[in-house]
Amino acid sequence: MEPKEYRQRVQRLEPQRPIARNALWAFVVGGIICLVGQVVQSGLMAVGYTEETVKAPTAIIMVFLGALGTALGVYDRIAKLGGMGANLPITGFSNAVVAPAMEFKQEGAIMGTGARIFQIAGPVIAYGLLTAFVVGIVRFAIMGGKP
Amino acid sequence: MSYLLAFVVGGALCLVAQLVMDLTRTTPAVILVGSVMLGAIAGGFGLYEPFAKFAGAGATVPLPGFGFSLVSGLIKELPKEGWVALFSGAFKATGAGIKAALIFGILASFVTRARA
Repeated sequence: MEPKEYRQRVQRLEPQRPIARNALWAFVVGGIICLVGQVVQSGLMAVGYTEETVKAPTAIIMVFLGALGTALGVYDRIAKLGGMGANLPITGFSNAVVAPAMEFKQEGAIMGTGARIFQIAGPVIAYGLLTAFVVGIVRFAIMGGKP
Repeated sequence: MSYLLAFVVGGALCLVAQLVMDLTRTTPAVILVGSVMLGAIAGGFGLYEPFAKFAGAGATVPLPGFGFSLVSGLIKELPKEGWVALFSGAFKATGAGIKAALIFGILASFVTRARA
């Protein structure tokens, strides 16, 4: 079978995606998570972090919340409802690291948890770094070292 | 006001990502990788920084903000470190989040029972 034909058959058999409802839930769930992120960031700035120094601790706290939700089994349920609304925020990145780390525990600490921990986050980091590298070279070529 | 902006803008980014995923029938992994790359490119052209100033966490919490951080960390190190920053810069701004996820992931694997 040609790959194209195969894809068409799969598409015909795949259940219809409720596009409007998915989009709405992605908006609501993603919006709430970003709102929480803003609360964390504003809270940190209220206790003395500057616009420059607030980014890392905000990321750490959001990652912690995502990890906690994943460990408690709550995040998977949020993600089922919110789709990209739960996957796109940094809490979803955390979920993508923590969930396989837990799930593949039974395959051992090294080849289970250790190897699978980057299963989803790995491609994101790899291609993110590659893009940043290329963008950096272009900037370096055009503007030298100027910020 | 900043809370409302974070909600609306962050929600809108997620909505667009969900729409693109459903309409192109692609997988979440493709959308996540694409988002980071788009954020990095927008960051390189200087477009993401004003967006992040405007929308706060609404722009920095979703994954394109991660791509932006990769690039902005690199650009910030360029004047100091020259070409070495092409290799070392990107992790400076994003290392904390990545390491936090790894640490919490390993800890979670210790304290939770493996689920079948």
